[in-house]
Amino acid sequence: MKVVIMGCGRVGSRLAGLLDIEGHSVTIMDTDAYSFRRLSPDFGGTALVGDGIDEESLKKAGIEEADAFVALTQGDNRNVMASQIAKHIFNVPKVFCRIYDPLRRELFGSLGIEAFSPTTIFAQMLKEKLEAEE
Amino acid sequence: MYIIVIGGGKLGYYLARALLDEGHEILVVEKDPARTEFICSELGSVCLRGDGCEVATLTEVGTGRADMFIAVTGDDEDNLVACQVAKHKFNVPRTIARISNPKNEAIFKELGIDVTVSSTNIILESIAEEVPTHPLTHLLDIRDKGLEIVEVKIPPDSKTVGKPVKELSLPPESKLFLIIGKQQKPHVPTANTVLQAEDQIIAVTTPESEEALRTALRGS
Repeated sequence: MKVVIMGCGRVGSRLAGLLDIEGHSVTIMDTDAYSFRRLSPDFGGTALVGDGIDEESLKKAGIEEADAFVALTQGDNRNVMASQIAKHIFNVPKVFCRIYDPLRRELFGSLGIEAFSPTTIFAQMLKEKLEAEE
Repeated sequence: MYIIVIGGGKLGYYLARALLDEGHEILVVEKDPARTEFICSELGSVCLRGDGCEVATLTEVGTGRADMFIAVTGDDEDNLVACQVAKHKFNVPRTIARISNPKNEAIFKELGIDVTVSSTNIILESIAEEVPTHPLTHLLDIRDKGLEIVEVKIPPDSKTVGKPVKELSLPPESKLFLIIGKQQKPHVPTANTVLQAEDQIIAVTTPESEEALRTALRGS
């Protein structure tokens, strides 16, 4: 599977590493080359400086042949925009998007973007843990 | 009309001011508290501090009854998301987004934004109009039909000077509809109209045959 990941933060770099070990072809993008320090030294994929909301940068990252696209920058809106470009302009079959704001996640979820809100998931998990230990 | 403006930077501020002068009801949403205070002190209570992409903020400002929603922050992605929330959550009839990257014009259109305004493109077009040697100038896009209206200037040393229109090999999608001569009054060209040096020709064409039209008219 060919995967393009946007955002080389803690989650992005870790996901890139996991997929790379499994033998998938991974391209990870970030606007700041310094972020690539998070990748493991044996990362065999491609690290590319570029902005995932820019059509040209996405093409350079091979979005046209990608099987999946994951948006993991710190900015909800950047993630939403990049995911929509991947899905609606480049017709990438699998697109996942991180949206911190739960309400925004709900809205874009209903617009066909497969989005996860770490805020909701983590809060729910903590609540369950707390209640289980009572 | 009730118009909501997202982004209270210079553009948002002057836009709100102009719209208020025209008698519209305006509300500006701005993230920065100091900027919000400035706008309120200058224009009255027309600015709310908040995130224009957040459903809660947009509910608070009554987006549901807005006639128009204009997002003019400096970031294309924020303008896109704000307009999409307004459109899909609040059914605002008309959404306008400012864009910086000209390529986003097509993307935003595809993603349902009604109107995009690209300051980069506007400035580029003005530059093209000002440069006298520029062979072809865009005057107007008729986007829905994929057509554009352009102006072509005929240089004095062009091979087509002295030729009638019927001898030019114009691309099929292109039509000449006005010639503004150096000395003559503007006239509608016919098949026998002869091109003169420094004629300005106004034509309708498609983006694809622009190059062919320019070559046919200027002979190079």
